[in-house]
Amino acid sequence: MTGTAASRVAVHSQRTDLVVAAVAVAAIGAWLWAFLATDRVGVLATLLAVAAVAFVLAQRLAPRYRRALTARPRAATSLVVLAVCAVAVALRDQPYPLLMLCTVLLFVVACVGLDIQIGHCGIVNFAGAAFFGTGAYTAAVLAARGVPHIAVIAAGGVVAALVGSLLILPVLRTRGYYAALVTIAFGILFSTFLEVNDALGGPQGLKLHGIDLFGWKFNRDVTLGGTTASFYVNYFVLSLALAVAAFVFARRVERSWLGLAFDAVRLDEIAAATFGIGVARAKIVAFTLGNLLCGIAGAVYAMMQGFIAPNNFTFGESLILVSIVILGGIGNPLGILPAALIIVVVPQKLQFIQEYRFLLYGVLVVLILLFRPEGLLPRRIREYFPGSGA
Amino acid sequence: MTAAGETANGPTRDTAAAPLLACAELTMRFGGLVALDALDLHVARGEILGLIGPNGSGKTTFFNVLTGLYRASGGRIAFAGRDITGLAPQAVYRAGIARTFQRSRLCLPLTVFDNVMIGNHLRLSRGTGFNVFRRRALRRQYEESVEAARALVVTFNPQLAARLFDAAGALDMIDRRRVEICRALVNAPRLLLLDEPSAGMTRGETRELMDDILQVRAARPALTIVIIEHEMNVIERMTQRCVVLNYGRKIAEGPFRAVAAERGVQEAYLGQAVA
Repeated sequence: MTGTAASRVAVHSQRTDLVVAAVAVAAIGAWLWAFLATDRVGVLATLLAVAAVAFVLAQRLAPRYRRALTARPRAATSLVVLAVCAVAVALRDQPYPLLMLCTVLLFVVACVGLDIQIGHCGIVNFAGAAFFGTGAYTAAVLAARGVPHIAVIAAGGVVAALVGSLLILPVLRTRGYYAALVTIAFGILFSTFLEVNDALGGPQGLKLHGIDLFGWKFNRDVTLGGTTASFYVNYFVLSLALAVAAFVFARRVERSWLGLAFDAVRLDEIAAATFGIGVARAKIVAFTLGNLLCGIAGAVYAMMQGFIAPNNFTFGESLILVSIVILGGIGNPLGILPAALIIVVVPQKLQFIQEYRFLLYGVLVVLILLFRPEGLLPRRIREYFPGSGA
Repeated sequence: MTAAGETANGPTRDTAAAPLLACAELTMRFGGLVALDALDLHVARGEILGLIGPNGSGKTTFFNVLTGLYRASGGRIAFAGRDITGLAPQAVYRAGIARTFQRSRLCLPLTVFDNVMIGNHLRLSRGTGFNVFRRRALRRQYEESVEAARALVVTFNPQLAARLFDAAGALDMIDRRRVEICRALVNAPRLLLLDEPSAGMTRGETRELMDDILQVRAARPALTIVIIEHEMNVIERMTQRCVVLNYGRKIAEGPFRAVAAERGVQEAYLGQAVA
């Protein structure tokens, strides 16, 4: 009897926890809306300060509510998706913030891919922008030849994975810094190749048309129930779907024997080999999966932007992708969203101070890493089936 | 030696009479340094063999060559009637040789369960599609694995079973060693190589761990063990036979007491008398 009473209390408190979590997510949504919509520096600074304070407070309160959320992964995911959707609805007639939000979501897709490589398998890939760019250029070339866009997006991922397989031999033969050097060299090679290659538009780049999925034309404004929304809402829906899919995919990879093999290879290649784990196979799988996600994100990005050029995919861009992964918390896909928001959006918002914005932005990143060296949301210990009691 | 000689010409039979492991003229050179010098060594089925010798005498190198981490410069290794010279570490593990490391090589950020499962990886489904999309089947496999891991860990330390999902880095030294041995045992190897299991532990902890190992051995009488140790009382207690290495060469072989009494062995450890 006491048992059931206790469990009833537990259920009750878990429900309240979920309500509190829902309120928190709503607050995050409101913050996100303000963050994307504002173009005043005072507001931006206040928002960042509020976020920092809330973050510190949340660290203290988090364990209890985190349990309520991790026990219901679906509820947690839907809450976040709902909040982001609400933000998009609130921003529906402001194309520029919407474009930024879409860019953030596509960067999330690419960084989730990089995180499988870097955070899980330990392959430091400094050529993320090259694989992103491979997807983008594949999309430009194929879309111009009338290939259906759903196939164009898939091809972006596949071609990026194939290009990655060119790199896999040197990556397998080297480790740590040396593997990183190989990818740096490749990234520079890639953007230089684009510059000098006239068939792909050279430095002028290539133009693309908007996405057309089975007659759903993305570059048309959306009219629903009397209100007209910017056409970027279409891209938002697709980017969000891709980001959620990438997130669920990465989570499942992590919470499986595959993720365990990746971790074993990252932490100690020699021990992994001694216990029968195919080190090369694990690296090939992780590298391919990561590049696939980068390529898909690149293809959608290219069609959304309508124009791509070599300087979108330079080594500097690769560094931005890697810094999102590190800032978010290596190995934790959850941290990538806030990190991408900071790294993609803050420099855009600071444009009025021109070149100083990079200085300010650099200071911000250094400050975060100084106080959170493991990133905003450090990776937690693996639970294969969280919330199942197992 | 005969078994090894036959291996060089063709496969040996895997019979009860033949040694489980037979190395013939095994040599490992690193540039000018000869770490293993034409070593002939055999291990009988079900035996616990002690491998001793001063620092740098080639004991760990022997393990590394055996498990495929180093490629031998010369000689042959026959295991269970099969030539395993030059096989990749993964293939050696598949053949049934598992080891622990002198300097603990657990994955400290991972859980105890994860570490044990690293040793069980050959039996787990490794396909990407299976792992990502067939979650129900994965869950069944996972639940079976948790039970298996728990059962294995319990034989060492009942309290460790309650910490199955703690990070290995949160354990103390002796429990880490236990987890390392569990990882090496989970795939039911025929030969277990223990590289200085007492390193970094107190005398009491060492005794406790050796009790564990003997108990494990009692439950698996067929398990053959080679143990590298510097603690001579461990060697005396655990082993039936010892091989002494010095400069990569076998300088003595036999029961511990007999070997320890040999003048050459004492000189290898303590140096030659000057006068």
